[in-house]
Amino acid sequence: MRVSLFVTCLADQFWPAAAVSAVELLRGLGCTVGFDERQTCCGQPAFNTGYRREARSLARRLIEIFESSGADAIVSPSGSCTAMLHHYEQLFEDEDWRTRARQLAQRTHELSAFLVNCLGVEDVGAAFSGRLTWHDACHGLRDLGIRNEPRRLLRHVKGAELVELPNAETCCGFGGTFAVKYPEVSVAMLDEKVDAIERAGVDAVVSGDAGCLMQIGGRLSRRGSSVRALHLAEVLASREARGGPHGR
Amino acid sequence: MAASFDRDARTALADGQLRGALRQATDLFAERRRAALATVPDWEGARDRARAIKDETLLHLDRYLEQFTTNAERAGARVHWARDAAEACEIIGRIAEQRGARSVVKSKSMASEEIHLNERLARRGIEPVETDLGEYIVQLAGETPSHIVVPAIHKTKAQIAALFAEKLGIELSDDVATLAAAARQALRRRFAEADLGISGVNFAVAETGTILILENEGNARLTTSLPRTHVALMGIEKVIPRFADLEVFLQLLPRSGTGQVLTAYQSLITGTKRRPEDEGPEQLDIVVMDNGRSRMLASALTRQSLACIRCGACLNACPVYRQIGGHAYGSVYPGPIGAIVTPQLFGLAQSSALPYASSLCGACRDVCPVKIDIPAVLLHLRAQVVERRAGSGGALERLAFSAYAAVMARPRLFEWLVRGVRTLGILPPLRAWTKWRDLRPLAPHSFREQWRARLRDPAAP
Repeated sequence: MRVSLFVTCLADQFWPAAAVSAVELLRGLGCTVGFDERQTCCGQPAFNTGYRREARSLARRLIEIFESSGADAIVSPSGSCTAMLHHYEQLFEDEDWRTRARQLAQRTHELSAFLVNCLGVEDVGAAFSGRLTWHDACHGLRDLGIRNEPRRLLRHVKGAELVELPNAETCCGFGGTFAVKYPEVSVAMLDEKVDAIERAGVDAVVSGDAGCLMQIGGRLSRRGSSVRALHLAEVLASREARGGPHGR
Repeated sequence: MAASFDRDARTALADGQLRGALRQATDLFAERRRAALATVPDWEGARDRARAIKDETLLHLDRYLEQFTTNAERAGARVHWARDAAEACEIIGRIAEQRGARSVVKSKSMASEEIHLNERLARRGIEPVETDLGEYIVQLAGETPSHIVVPAIHKTKAQIAALFAEKLGIELSDDVATLAAAARQALRRRFAEADLGISGVNFAVAETGTILILENEGNARLTTSLPRTHVALMGIEKVIPRFADLEVFLQLLPRSGTGQVLTAYQSLITGTKRRPEDEGPEQLDIVVMDNGRSRMLASALTRQSLACIRCGACLNACPVYRQIGGHAYGSVYPGPIGAIVTPQLFGLAQSSALPYASSLCGACRDVCPVKIDIPAVLLHLRAQVVERRAGSGGALERLAFSAYAAVMARPRLFEWLVRGVRTLGILPPLRAWTKWRDLRPLAPHSFREQWRARLRDPAAP
C-alpha cells in the first residue's frame, strides 16, 4: 500500500519522533511511505478562530499536494488534523472543490485507525516496559470515532500495562488558540486531567495528538512530575522492553 | 462582553466553593444520565426521531404555530403573539392589571428569565414570587440562575442554610429536609393567596392546543391550577406537531436533564376549566414569543439551535462550564447551548466572546438529545465575528492570521523562519502559555530535516 504521510506542522517541528516512528511503523508493515515537503499546516488554527478565507487557501494547497501524491492513503499521526481535512468540504461552495475535498477526506486516516481498520493490524511487535494510560484527544474521539483502535494497539505492546483514567475522554483544555485565549480556564481543565494521571501511578500518558501532549506534558513537567507524555507512534515503534522509546 | 467573560471566568476559578459545588453536581448529573440512558433500548434512534420532528416543525413553523393557536383558542385559551421581550412583558403586565392581580406566583421558565420579566413587572408594582426551590433560592439571594435546569447549582448547602436563616428567620441548619420544609412553608402561603400564576412551557402540541410542563416539585402544578388566571410564556420553537410526538421527547428530556426516567409531574393543560366545579384557572393566556428566534430559521446550520429542548445536558457535560459555572457567560443561557443561542438572540456585538468560550471538544454534541451540532454552530459564529470585525482580537489578530496563511503557503519560508527561531532562540511572547505550562522546545531536527537526511531513501544507511 502506498501511503503519503500528512505529518502536521506541530509534529514536524515539535514532535518529530511521532512522525519518524510513524514512517518506521508503516514501512515495517510493508507500506511504501512518501512525504511531500510542500506540506505545512492544514489551516486548523485559522478555521477554528473564524478566519475562513485563510483556512480555505491552505485547504486548497493541501488538497492539490495530496492529489499529486498518487497515494492509496494519506496517514497522519494526529486525530485533530485528520479531522480538519475531513471538515474541508464545508469550506467550499463550488461543487468541484467540494468533491475534491470529499475525495481527500475519504482516503485520509489517523494513524491508529489506519493500522487497525485498514491494515488489520493490532500487534505491531512493539515492546515497552511500564504502566501507560491513554488520553483520548477530542477530535479523534468525537469527530472520527476513534476509541478502541489505540487501546487495542497498546494492549498488544509487550511489557506495557494499560490503565484507564476515569476522565480519559474529557478534554485536556488545549483546544488550539483556546489554550492561550483563556489560559486560566484551559489550565483548570488541564489540572483535572493531570491530577487523574498522577493518581493513576503511570509511567507515561500516551495520546494521538501533539497539541494535547504539549499541553499535558507541559503541565506535568511544570509540576515536577516524572510522568512522561508520549505519542502513540513512539510507543508503537519502541522495540526495547527497557529504556523506552527512541528519538528523544 | 469579551473582556467580561475573561474576567468573570477568572473570578469563578478563584471561588473554591463554587468549583466544589460544580464538580459535585455535574459529576452526579452525568452519572445519573448514564444510568437513565441504559433504560432506553434504542437511544440513538430516539435522538434521531426527536431531531426529525424538530426539523420538520421548524421548517413549517408558521403553519404549526397557527394550528396550535387555533386549537388552543378552541379549548378556551387566549393566545398572544409577542415579537420581542418588550411586547411579551407588556402583554403579561396588562393581563395582570386587567385581572387585578395582587399576588403573583411563578414557576420555572427560562423564557421569562430571558426577557427579565420579574424586573419589568416590578416596575408596574407586580412582584412575582419564584416557587421552584432553586429559583426561590436565587431570588432570595438577589442573584440570577447559573444553570438552565438547576438554577442554584452554584450554591453549596451551607450557603443556602445561611441565606434561609437570614431571609426566612429560621435557625441555622444544614439539614436538607429542614431547609426544604422552611421554603415549602413560606411558599404555601404565597400559593394560597395568589391570584395569578406565570409558567413556562416545555412543549406545545399543535394538533390539540395542549401545553406540557415538566417539573419535580409540584410547584408548577400549583402555579397553573390554584390562581384564577394562568399565563404561560413560550418561545416559538416550543411547538411540536402531534400529541404522539411527546412520547419520544418524554423519553429524552428527563433522562438527559436530571437523569430521571420521568419527572415527578407532567402537567398537560388544554384550555381553561370547562365546568364551574372543575379545578384550574378561569382564564388561560398563552404568550408565544419570537424575541430573535426567527432569525435562526434562515439556514439549516443555525436553525438547529431552535431544536433545543432545554435539558441542560450540554452544560453538565461541558468541561468549560464545569470549571466556571453559568454566571461567567453573562447570559441567562450559559454553557454550550448558551454560547450559540446568546449571540443569535441578542446580537453578536454584545457576546462576541461566547463562541470562543469552548475548546471545541464536542462533548456537548455527544450528549445532546436532539443532536445539535453545537461545535459547528460555534465555528459558524466565530467566522461571523471575524467577518463583522466584532471580536476582541482586532487588527493585530487579522494581521497575524494573514501572515500565518502567507507563511504556511511558502514551505521554504516556513522552514527558514522556524530554523531562525530555533537557532536564535527568539520566541514570540508566549506568557499566556508559559506562566502555567513548560513550552516544549522546537525539535533540534525537524521531521522534514530528518526525512531529507535519512528517511527519504529507506535503502540508505
